[in-house]
Formats: sequence, C-alpha cells, structure tokens
Amino acid sequence: MGWPVLSVVTFLPLLGALLIMLMVRGNGPVAKGTARWISMWTTLVTFGVSLILVYRFDATSAEFQFVEKHNWLLGVASYHMGLDGISLPIVILTTAIMPLCILASWTSIQKRVKEYMIAFLVLETLMIGTFSALDLVLFYLFFEGGLIPMFLIIGIWGGQRRVYASFKFFLYTLAGSLLMLLAIMAMYWQSGTTDITLLLRHGFPAGMQTWCWLAFFASFAVKMPMWPVHTWLPDAHVEAPTAGSVILAAILLKMGGYGFLRFSLPMFPLASHDFTPLVYTMSVVAIIYTSLVALMQEDVKKLIAYSSVAHMGFVTMGIFAATQQGVAGAVFQMISHGIVSGALFLCVGVVYDRMHTREIAFYGGVVNRMPIFAAIFMLFTMANVGLPGTSGFVGEFLTLIGTFKVSIPVASLATIGVILSAAYALWLYRKMVYGTIKPALEGIRDIGLREAVIFTPLVILTILFGVAPKPLLDMSAVSVAQMLEGYNKAVATKTASTMSTDTQARINPVSVAR
Amino acid sequence: MNSFTDFNVLMPVLPEIVLAVGALVLLMLGVYSGDRAARFVNWLCILLLIGVGACVVMLPGGRSVLFNGSFVVDDFARFLKVLMLAGSAGTLLLSLDYLTSEKLQKAEFGVLVLLASLGMMVLISASDLIALYLGLELMSLPLYVIAASNRDNARSTEAGLKYFVLGALSSGMLLYGASLIYGFTGTVNFTGIAKATQGGASIGLIFGLVFLFAGFCFKVSAVPFHMWTPDVYEGAPTPVTAFFAAAPKVAAMAIFVRTTIVAFPGITHSWQQIIVFVSIASMVLGAFAAIGQKNIKRLLAYSSIGHMGFALVGLAAGTAEGVQGVLVYMAIYVGMTLATFACVLSMRRDGVLVESISDLAGLSRTKPVMAFFLAMLLFSLAGIPPLAGFFAKFYVFLAAIKAGLYVLAVIGMLASAIGAYYYLLIIKTMYFDEPAKAFDRMPFLLSLVLVVGGILNLVFFVYPAPLLSAATVAAKSIF
Repeated sequence: MGWPVLSVVTFLPLLGALLIMLMVRGNGPVAKGTARWISMWTTLVTFGVSLILVYRFDATSAEFQFVEKHNWLLGVASYHMGLDGISLPIVILTTAIMPLCILASWTSIQKRVKEYMIAFLVLETLMIGTFSALDLVLFYLFFEGGLIPMFLIIGIWGGQRRVYASFKFFLYTLAGSLLMLLAIMAMYWQSGTTDITLLLRHGFPAGMQTWCWLAFFASFAVKMPMWPVHTWLPDAHVEAPTAGSVILAAILLKMGGYGFLRFSLPMFPLASHDFTPLVYTMSVVAIIYTSLVALMQEDVKKLIAYSSVAHMGFVTMGIFAATQQGVAGAVFQMISHGIVSGALFLCVGVVYDRMHTREIAFYGGVVNRMPIFAAIFMLFTMANVGLPGTSGFVGEFLTLIGTFKVSIPVASLATIGVILSAAYALWLYRKMVYGTIKPALEGIRDIGLREAVIFTPLVILTILFGVAPKPLLDMSAVSVAQMLEGYNKAVATKTASTMSTDTQARINPVSVAR
Repeated sequence: MNSFTDFNVLMPVLPEIVLAVGALVLLMLGVYSGDRAARFVNWLCILLLIGVGACVVMLPGGRSVLFNGSFVVDDFARFLKVLMLAGSAGTLLLSLDYLTSEKLQKAEFGVLVLLASLGMMVLISASDLIALYLGLELMSLPLYVIAASNRDNARSTEAGLKYFVLGALSSGMLLYGASLIYGFTGTVNFTGIAKATQGGASIGLIFGLVFLFAGFCFKVSAVPFHMWTPDVYEGAPTPVTAFFAAAPKVAAMAIFVRTTIVAFPGITHSWQQIIVFVSIASMVLGAFAAIGQKNIKRLLAYSSIGHMGFALVGLAAGTAEGVQGVLVYMAIYVGMTLATFACVLSMRRDGVLVESISDLAGLSRTKPVMAFFLAMLLFSLAGIPPLAGFFAKFYVFLAAIKAGLYVLAVIGMLASAIGAYYYLLIIKTMYFDEPAKAFDRMPFLLSLVLVVGGILNLVFFVYPAPLLSAATVAAKSIF
C-alpha cells in the first residue's frame, strides 16, 4: 500500500493551518497575502492528493478501501479510517470545493485574514475526517469538532446578526449530537466495539435499534436539516460570509445525509423501516412547506437556504425509500446539491461583494451590465430547479423514481415541490436579472478573472454530471447495493418472524428505558 | 538492623514525611529571613512539592497498608497524589507574580499551601474514619487562612470567614456521620465497615452515610452544599481561588470515591441514589446559574460546581470504569482549571486586576495567543471534541451508560449543552466584540502555565494512552 494516502489528505490542511499560525506575523498586506497563498496551495495540494484516491479506488468492491488502523483510546476506540463508494464522492467534493472557497474569500475577507484561513483549513481536516472515520468515537470527534471553526467563521466574519446565528448554529447542533454520543456509548457496551466495519455486521436487538435510531436521528435531522429543526440554517446561511455559506451548503449539510446512509439504515434497519413514515412525512413537509416559505423571502441568501432545506428533503426521502435508485439518487443529489447550491451562494457573493446588500428588491436588470454573470446564474438556477441536462435533474429524478416504487402518494407530493422550486427559482431570477436596470446598479461590473476561475469548474461539473452521470453513479453503486442488501435481509427476517424479534426485545435489558 | 527494618516499614509514607519536615523547615526559614526572602521561600515550596511528587512516583509500586490499617498507599493514591501535588505546585507558580505585585508576598503563603497539601495526601491515603478526619482538617485549616490572606481586603476576609464557618459546620456533620457509622458498625476501618455492611444497612448507618456525604459534598462543592463556592471564589485572592478549584477538589473527590467504593460496596443502591441526585443537581445548577454571571471568578465557581457534578456521574456508576472516568476527569479538570486561571490572573490593566467578563472584549485582537488558548480551554470545559474536556466527559458517561443510568446520562448531556452556552458567551466576548483597552504584558510564569496547559489540552487527543492507562491501573487498585 505504501504511504497512508487518506491520512495525508485528511491532515494536510491541518498542516497548512499550523504553517500559517507559525509563519504569518502581523496584519499587513504581506501577511495577508502569505496567509492566502499558503491556504490556496494547501487546499490545491490536498485536492491533488485526493485525486489519487479516485484513481486507486476500486469501484467494483463494496469493501472499505485505503484502510488505516492504529491504537488510540486503549480498547474503546481506535484510529480507523477508510473510504467506500458512499464516502469517497463526498470527500472529493470537500477537497474540490475548498480551493474555490479560498479563492472566493480572496478579496471579500480583509479583516483577520490569518485567522480566517486557519479556521477554514482546520474545518477542512475535520470534514474530511468525518466522512472517512471508520470508528464511531473518531467520527464523533470530527463531526463535533467542526462546530468550533464554523462557529468562529459565522461569528467573526458574518453579517449583522452573526452572534445570534452562530449561537443558534452551535447550540442546535450540539444538543442534537450529544444524544447521539449517548447512543454510541450504549452501542459500545452492547457490541463491545466502536468499529464501524464490525458494527455494520453486528445486528442490534430491535428494541435497542429504536432508541439508538432516534438518538442518531436527533443529530442528523438537525444537521441535515429536516423540517422542523431547520430553523438554524437560514440564519446561519444569511449571516455567514460567502465562503462559509458555500461550505455549509455544500458539505456540512451532507454530514446528515451521510450519517443516515452510514449508520441509521445499515445499523438500525428495523428501526429505519419502522420510522420510514415519519421520515417521509418530514421530508414531504420540508419539500412543500419550505418551498412555499422560499417564495416569500426578500433576502437572496435566505431564499437559497430554504431551497436547500427542500432539496435535502429529496435526499432523506430517497434514502429512506431504501431502493437502489432512491439511495443512489440521494448520494447523487448530495453531490449535485453541493455543487449547485455552493455555486448559487457564490453567485450571491458576486453581487454582494459589489453592492453589499442581499435584498432581492434592490436588484433588477442585472443582465444589462453583467451578461456573463447572468448566464452563469441562469445555469445554476436551472440546475437548482432540476432541469434535464443539469446534475440537479439526475438526483431529483432518481430519488423520485426510487420513492415511487415504494410509495406513490409520497412521490406525487414531492413532485409538487419540484414545481414550487421552479416557481421560486424563476421568480428570483426574473426579479434580479431581468427588467429595466435599477439606477443604483448602473456601475456594476461583470465578473472578473478570479470569479471566472471559480465558476468554470462548477459550470463544467454541473453540465457533465447532468449529461453523463454514470461515472459518479458507478462509484457508489456497489456500496449502495451491498448496504441495501443487508437492510432488506434484516427487514425480511423481521417480517417473516415478528414473534422472534419481539422476544428478543424483551430479553434485552438495554432496550428497556429506565 | 532492627531499626533499619522499622524505617523500611515507613518507606511508603516517605513523601508525607518529606513534605511535613520540609514544610516546617521552610516555615522556620520564612520566619527568620523575613519578607525579603518570601519569594525565594515560595520557590523552594514549589521545588519541595515537585520533589515530593517525584518521591511518590519513584517509590516501589504495589499496595501497602500502614498504621494499623488506617493508611493505605496504592496506585489510586499515587495517581491522585501526583495530580494533587501538580495542582498545588501549579497554583504556587501562578501566585508568585500576583503576590509580589499585590504586596502580599509572604512566606506563610507557600508554607500554608504545603501544609494543606500534606493534609490532602493524608486524606487521599486515608483508609479509616479517623485518618479521614485528620486529613480533612489538616487540609481545611490552612485553606481557611489563605482564603483570608489578603487581610486588609474586606471581601477576602469575608470569604475566609464564610468558608471557615460553613466548613466547620460541614466538618461537624461529617464527624457526626462518622460517629454514627462507627456506632452502627463497631469499626472505623473501611474494610471493617465493608464487612459489617455486607448484608445491607441499618437506618442508623444510612443516616451516618448521609451526614458523611454532606461533608464530602461540601468539600467538592456539589449541590446542595455548594453555597460557599461563588462567594469564596469571588472574594479570595485569585491564586487562592485557583488553588481551591484544583488541589482540594482532587483530594476531596479522592476520599469521596475511596469511601464509597471501599467502605460501602455492600449497600451500593443506598448511596447510588444520593450520588445520582447530587450529580444531577450540580450539573443542572452549574449550567443554569453560570449563565447570568458577570464576574469571571463567580462564573468559574459555578462552572466548577457543574464539573464536580459531571465527575460524580462516574462515581454514581460505582464500577471500575466509573472510577477510571472520575480519575481521568479530575486530571483533565485540574489541567484546564490551572491554565484558565493563568488567563484570569493576567487580566490586568494598568497594573490593576480586572475580573469582569466584559473586560475580555476583543481579546482576540489585542492578545491573540492568550485569546486562542483561553477559547480552546473554554471549548474544552464545554466538552467539545477533540479537546481534552471531551474525553473527560466521555469516560464518565461511558461508565454511566454501562451501569444503566440512562436518565442521569441524558440529563447530564442536556446540562452540558446548556452549559456550553455560557462558555460560548465568553468566547463571543473575546472574538466577536470590539476590543477594549489591551491588558498588560503577561508575566512569564503565567504564560508558561497557560501555554503548557493549553497545548496539553489541544493535543491530548493525539496520544491519550498514558493518562488513560494510569487511570485504569489506579481505578483497579481499589476494587
């Protein structure tokens, strides 16, 4: 195997952060420049190294690859890392988005650049770690650790109500996650390990699954975010700096979906099966209700934030449909949403940097002065709606098909959401881009070279995944299939012999709440 | 030859003997050389504490019982003694510059810390009720005095008096409980009590147990015997507060654990519910009461009440895992506390010490390094991974879950989420608010303690094995 590629990818950004911490002194323009360039190079090199993962990845195997294991917490947990077809795409998304975020903050962040870059690089390490940890405690460590840099990013570099938003973000997520930590401990005592690869094969007793599922759900539903615990997201998005919003939308939200795929479904299949109606209800409400809410927004970022909640509704719906199309679609939708919503926030960032307002009513007729921007914004708006030929279509379509197989009413209701998303997205686009130009916008410049460099890869990927989704789908297909096989087997055994699982629940002491 | 073997018997108490003799010698030195040499004497006190700590570590391991079963030296005692001595030495290190600048530099200060530490060592090793009481009083009396060591300051004397009156009351309760236990079991020895309570406890014994616990709870400042903490923390000179927050807590928690585990294993269910209640009450009160605080020392007082509640979660489990959790918790807690107080002590503007949280405004701009370490310490106190404080909480809750204390665990987790709020408020003040006037330069010793503690806190997760294995060995030795 040679050198530990995965650990290098994970900890390279941390190294960059240390480098900035030790090398950059003062607050002058030179120091700012050095901090920017170090983080740029760090994220680029990280991305480069992460491509080795793609190159070496064997998509025909459902096993975890690039596995590394070392002693860590004496018996309880070990340093165990690895990737499979579900986590690899998200890791690559993370390493790919980061350089763009650094580039997007190049001129808009002038205050405390050094700290900003350190926070972002630390955050990158924690995010990659979250998706590649193969030990529950290690996962939790990365998962929760991400709160610290994100809290600081929103709180220091955010907008007007940044303090409120950062506290809400931190406390919401923390409260949800702590219950998950208790469930992790209960799982450890029940199974004797926190190793995810072993836990995936463990098979918890039915009664315990219910409690653990609920505890994990509390954490992931907040992170996702699902209706009705989504209210932190619009605040966090609106107040965060552009790059913070991008990271939040593109990657942090994926932690919830990833958690469902990695833990809830395969480890607690019976509970997942039992709670599917709940998840469906919450997803459909999210899709329709938050789309309606999005229609009424006056702030661009808030609108996109609500549309994110709606799109995440498709992801949860697809995951819990537990069909090959549904789950594969959910994974695809997560990646696609990462690219598209990230790009939309970058678009908002472009006009915000020029005009310093996010009010929709302020803008109008932008196309007259910014034709290139208008075209790019159009593409991502359409991708957000799910227009065929863009990546957004594939994800939504697959999740809908997958759900249709299981439940026609749910799929039909979700389709209404697609129409509504077209309504708000087109309304936003018309308001901002078309019409006669507002006098205040006369002097607005079109996008420059730096911004063009940011958007180019995103445009290419959006269209590429829309036209040729196969490579991405193939990457995760085998892992998804294997996970579903285990899930269906567990559910089938249960329905075949409801009696036996009932007795199992009765004899298992852990399942009984005290 | 005969006398040689007699000395050999005393080998396990060598650290205590060294400390006692050393303290008396330094007292003489301090008395005869006057205030000019005070700083020098205090330095010698630090060296003596380190020497005693080395002595504890170097002496052969294993378990030895002395003085007719009233004094035991085992891995548990060794672990906590080293921790407690580190806490004492650390606070003395923190206090040196403070004492000079506040014109309080007296040799008594160091010597009193030494004597209190001696009491704590006896307390940690006590294995009958008499030794327990002796250790407790030897620890407490110097503490009353140093709480009031700023004699001309009304708040300091008030703190000392308050601590003394309430402390005497709690000692009385403890003594009353001990006498009840003696009366109903016929022995003061822990193993003897364990034998006598094997089949269950009489109501009189339970009464005794409750009184005993009341005394312990006072010393670790757990609810409902916490009332003295905020006032004493706020009133006492800051280094003294740091000392109160670190070393005596370790010693009191040690004897709390040893008594419950060694003397009352037969009636676990009787004491478990008391501990569960105390633990829940402390965690919840610590979380809520700290929110409104404006003074950082008062806030840390409530935070320490909460932390003792968390540590007691491990004791409530009553298992080896639980005790291991308590030990890990105390070790990490002492480290975090010392480093945090290093920050509090360097909140000095134009030579005047300030204590209000709003004084920290914009610290990240004026003193970035101090702000960074303090922020990490506060995140750690809140229990956010990957910082050390997370592991402290992790191990106690792990034990609680194994023992089936789900309600306790869930309430504890919620309290910890609520508690995070006030730590975040301080971080918000430091990082999000506009800067206030910069603090004075941080004295070298304080920055030393802060940087060492801060870095340990940050990188603990990289290599936690030494502390964990030491705690495991220590916890096993009392079962």
